[in-house]
Amino acid sequence: MSVEAIVAQGAEHLGVHGLEWTSKELFTYPNEFIYWSIQIVMYPYMTGLVAGAFVLSSLYHVFGQQDLKNMARFSLVFSLALLPVAMMPLQLHLQQPFRGMNVMFTPHFTSAIAAFGIVFSTYAVIVLSEIWFVYRQYFVEQVIALKGREGIKDRFMYYLYIVLTLGAFDTSDKAIAKDKKAVKILAAIGIPVACFLHGYAGFIFGSVKANALWMSPLMPVIFIMSAIVSGIALCMLTYIIIMEWKKWGTIIAKGKGDKSVHVIAGAELDVITKTSRYLLGFLIAAITLELLDLIFRGYTAMKSWDILRSVMYGKDFMNIFVLQYTLGNLVPFILLLMPRLTIKRVFVALVLVLFGVFMMRWNVVIGGQAFSLSFAGYMHYHMPIIPHSLETFKEGLFGALTVAATPFVLFWIINKVTPSFEYK
Amino acid sequence: MSCSRRDLLKNTFKATLASALPLSAFKMLSPAQVKASVGDSNVRWVFLVDTHKCVGCGLCVKACKNENEIPYDLPITRTWVERYVLMKNGQSHIESPSGGRDGYTDTKIRGNDIPADQITKGFFVPKLCNQCKKPACVQVCPVGATYQTRDGVVLVDRTWCIGCGYCIMACPYGMRFFHPVHKVAEKCTFCYHRITKGMKTACVQNCPFEARQIGNLKDPNDPVTKIIMNERVAVLKDEYGTKPQVYYIGLDTNVR
Ligand code: SF4
Ligand code: SF4
Repeated sequence: MSVEAIVAQGAEHLGVHGLEWTSKELFTYPNEFIYWSIQIVMYPYMTGLVAGAFVLSSLYHVFGQQDLKNMARFSLVFSLALLPVAMMPLQLHLQQPFRGMNVMFTPHFTSAIAAFGIVFSTYAVIVLSEIWFVYRQYFVEQVIALKGREGIKDRFMYYLYIVLTLGAFDTSDKAIAKDKKAVKILAAIGIPVACFLHGYAGFIFGSVKANALWMSPLMPVIFIMSAIVSGIALCMLTYIIIMEWKKWGTIIAKGKGDKSVHVIAGAELDVITKTSRYLLGFLIAAITLELLDLIFRGYTAMKSWDILRSVMYGKDFMNIFVLQYTLGNLVPFILLLMPRLTIKRVFVALVLVLFGVFMMRWNVVIGGQAFSLSFAGYMHYHMPIIPHSLETFKEGLFGALTVAATPFVLFWIINKVTPSFEYK
Repeated sequence: MSCSRRDLLKNTFKATLASALPLSAFKMLSPAQVKASVGDSNVRWVFLVDTHKCVGCGLCVKACKNENEIPYDLPITRTWVERYVLMKNGQSHIESPSGGRDGYTDTKIRGNDIPADQITKGFFVPKLCNQCKKPACVQVCPVGATYQTRDGVVLVDRTWCIGCGYCIMACPYGMRFFHPVHKVAEKCTFCYHRITKGMKTACVQNCPFEARQIGNLKDPNDPVTKIIMNERVAVLKDEYGTKPQVYYIGLDTNVR
């Protein structure tokens, strides 16, 4: 069918990408729209969570931070659940989603996105093998325990665990010691790779010289720091929710006064207090870098500063200074620093931290497109809420929520095979 | 033959490495890139815009939209004409409604009356892809779907583009957009299908005032080349280092 014929039909798919959710003000070039929308906000957010979760688990495995022992297993398994989700937003925003594989076939290495597949799969291999070494002993134990049992579920699990052992049934002390060593090495390699994976997401933006807001050599480092912050926060949050769940389960089963309830509650607060110290450290690093970037831009006041300033201090003031810096950084910072930490207070602080990092991604991705390349006009993004087409679903609120919900579903499934909670 | 597990692993590893090394010596090219690397290199297409001659009639935009099948009524276009009106108080009014397609026949700008006695200068600036010598768009394409031909034109392979939009973000001139029907990146091609057959681009052909011209920079006798060589010409936004190849006569500091 010729283009004219399709136009004549007025087909619904004949949308100008971005027209739907972009409004323009003053002078913008005709072809300018918000091309990178909510999914590209989700992309660095999700990769950040993966990287952060992994770094958290490595702090224990590599640097032997004993206080993180209970957190380490959980965050490792959680980072596996997050892993496939880092790809999802990229896939969802492509205009030709079925060609996504082309990146693997003909990677064009001058592009920052081209190596994503490679970095990403390297990282996936590291996470998977580390989990295998951590859980190998458990797999073998399960195989022995389930042997000869009847019932479809048990049979299925039995064979699943047999496959998962990959034929390595040796659980002698020597073999276990080897496993431990392997975990340590993998975790050590994993840290730079995780940072690279995410710093790389920062580079995708930082290297766009056409965009006055994005172009900054600090971008990758800023992204890494905020990634670790968000990853730790999400791990802590999920940990709290699951422990509370267990606590309530025990209370219902055994009554409030039971000893095991106190054991759980005590263990929970202990883990959370210790982990929150690391969170604070990375939070400080992230904020310092972001402020440095801001001050530097204001001080050097290049040609683009006029429009940047009008966006940052004017149109996006609420998003940047109120929602991101105050509500997302300052408030949780104070909440975490105040003496006599309680789970409730940590919970609120963590939700705010996660929100703050999300706003940071939003302000980079959407904020970077809030002004015209002509520096003489503005664009506003109106996120589609109620979808009325595939595109408004994918690049709207519900698309983003789908992406956000997926890791929890995956974690629920994975956790059935590799249980990651102990509170002994 | 006895072969321990260790040997097997070792040999597999060696074999993989041995076969991977020579493979990695090849550069991976997308199909279109391969095609582009064979072409006539005695040609370097360049464009010359004389802003003094442009009257803002919009015929070039119309012609381009029809020639290149860009849906006529949608607000995207491969080329456009901007109007600049500068005021005595230093204020500037810039606009390009529908890319200037319908011609500038109204004295109002965005619905506002512009007092004629307050105007210091006014002019039109046609824009199109600069077919940069160092194209930022080509650099960032993750799959090599956008590429530069040997005669200097930057094209998009519609069968290979994944529609990531990275090139759209990377072009400092806002030239690119997604084609609403083909759903891939789209841009001005200097009417590559015409110029390689000895014709002029649609916009050049349709400009009644010769404000637009196309030429071959490698031919010293080309009239366009002569002007670029001998007269004072300028390019847009050279600070981005993309080395644009659309030259302008009569550019103003207010031009964005
Ligand atoms: S003007 Fe933009 S689209 Fe054209 S070659 Fe230069 S960077 Fe690429
Ligand atoms: S939109 Fe297409 S041409 Fe542009 S960078 Fe992405 S794959 Fe390449």
